[in-house]
Amino acid sequence: MVPISYHLILSGILFTIGVTGVLLRRNIIIIFMAIELMLNAVNLSFVALARHFGNMDGQIIVFFVMSVAAAEVAVGLAIILLVFRGRETVNADELNLMRW
Amino acid sequence: MDFVTFFALAIPLVVIAIMVIAHPSPVYSALFLVLTLFLLAVYFLFLDAHMVAALQIIVYAGAIMVLFLFVIMLLNLQSDTQPTPRHGLGRAAIIGGVILVAELGLLLQRSSSEQAESALPENFGTVEALGSQLFTTYLLPFEITGILLLVAVVGAVVLAKR
Repeated sequence: MVPISYHLILSGILFTIGVTGVLLRRNIIIIFMAIELMLNAVNLSFVALARHFGNMDGQIIVFFVMSVAAAEVAVGLAIILLVFRGRETVNADELNLMRW
Repeated sequence: MDFVTFFALAIPLVVIAIMVIAHPSPVYSALFLVLTLFLLAVYFLFLDAHMVAALQIIVYAGAIMVLFLFVIMLLNLQSDTQPTPRHGLGRAAIIGGVILVAELGLLLQRSSSEQAESALPENFGTVEALGSQLFTTYLLPFEITGILLLVAVVGAVVLAKR
């Protein structure tokens, strides 16, 4: 049997890949996908811990994370569409209207 | 889950997740992300989370990724032509990430008091078990989730129509 720490380390690696994506890429849509990757990494550790402790609560939190992610994607992509219509770009560096 | 299964899933998972953020074309990134989500669904099956695995495919790979692909194709995005101008940030991100993973590994190695896994209940992770918990103990959060999704739908329509 694989100990719980292996699952948590894999989750940490996936989360780190997501953070790296957010910091490195300038395309807003790919930044968004990296955020989804981070949410999934967290889901992975929730499911692994639920299995470890024999408790369903972890899986229920995953359900809520998924529905929040769905809501976030719907609104976020609508905002991206709106920004693209006005500015003709999805490069995060060029969207500096609100930069101080 | 035994070690062979773990590594057979974990290694492709990490490689494909890196491809998601490394590939220049957004369409390929989205398709690699779909692959990541499918691999995670298989992973969830091995962790006795049947309902979550099904939801992962239906909601994430089915609904969310289709939305992503629609928007990418609607915007007609080309590949990133210009390289990332801030190489210092990239290097800092990679170094910070490596340190984070190393710290996590060290921490988990230190806490060597690995508890034995608890015995699983009879219907662990099934639709029935998850549903009965959702509709009794977690009824209020469940209803609030419904309102949240309604707000998101209305918000998306209002923003997109503007």
